[in-house]
Amino acid sequence: MIERSAIPATFTIERHYPAKPARVFAAWASVEAKARWAYCDESWKPQLHELDFRVGGRERAITGPAGGTRHIFEAVYWDIVPDERIIFSYDMHLDARRISVSLSTIEFFAEADGTRMRFTEQGVFLDGYDDIAGREEGTRIGLDNLERVLRHAEAA
Amino acid sequence: MLNYQVATPAPLDLAFQALADPTRRVMVERLSQGPASVSELARPLDMTLSAVVQHLAVLEASGLVRSQKIGRVRTCRIEPQTFTAAERWLSERRASWERRFDRLGAFLAETASELEPNVQPATPSATPGVRRQRKKT
Repeated sequence: MIERSAIPATFTIERHYPAKPARVFAAWASVEAKARWAYCDESWKPQLHELDFRVGGRERAITGPAGGTRHIFEAVYWDIVPDERIIFSYDMHLDARRISVSLSTIEFFAEADGTRMRFTEQGVFLDGYDDIAGREEGTRIGLDNLERVLRHAEAA
Repeated sequence: MLNYQVATPAPLDLAFQALADPTRRVMVERLSQGPASVSELARPLDMTLSAVVQHLAVLEASGLVRSQKIGRVRTCRIEPQTFTAAERWLSERRASWERRFDRLGAFLAETASELEPNVQPATPSATPGVRRQRKKT
């Protein structure tokens, strides 16, 4: 039985790239470019990736480990200001199970030596995804130091 | 832009910030083996005691480490808080985007063309006050 939960959360990531905003923006704007960096895991081959990059347009990507859980990303683009801003909403499914619904805002700021990109995700995380996350593909690479250290501490 | 308000950081954000620094990771890893005094923590580190105390303050603020002064000795221990499922969830999603943005950086570097061989490096005279000074912690 699925235990239901809905947890809203927000996080922001800022990166600086030594490239002009137009190039950083363009990396979000085509399937060809996104295929080079945007899948959950570098080694996963997409079974499908469609992108209609315009306001009101949709994106759909299905990736995942060979023979394993399908990670299904579906997005709608709400706002696009070339070289400055992209806002899309997306949901993620693992096979048939919806695990999150999010609003993502990407802002590009020209700086003298490149572009500062700020990514903000406001998400609702559904039904304890974590319970099924790590046990499958071992994607839980994040927070490695922290998790490891705390596990040590708990074991001690 | 300058008035951009950062929301109160969630515990996990503080933990991320605290562990972004290699010195603090060394301290946390040492404490994961058991409690230690400040001077014991400082011993393998090539820095002043006051710098170590500053790092300790960041770790305490993040909730990862607690310290207690007994007599003249301040003893530090790790706070074995367990992150909630939601926090682990969030950390995983965040890490997933971080990995993508690493690859985005590599992609941008690979595809840098002669049209844009190098973005002009910032010079202090050309960009007065553009960069905010980040306080070193």
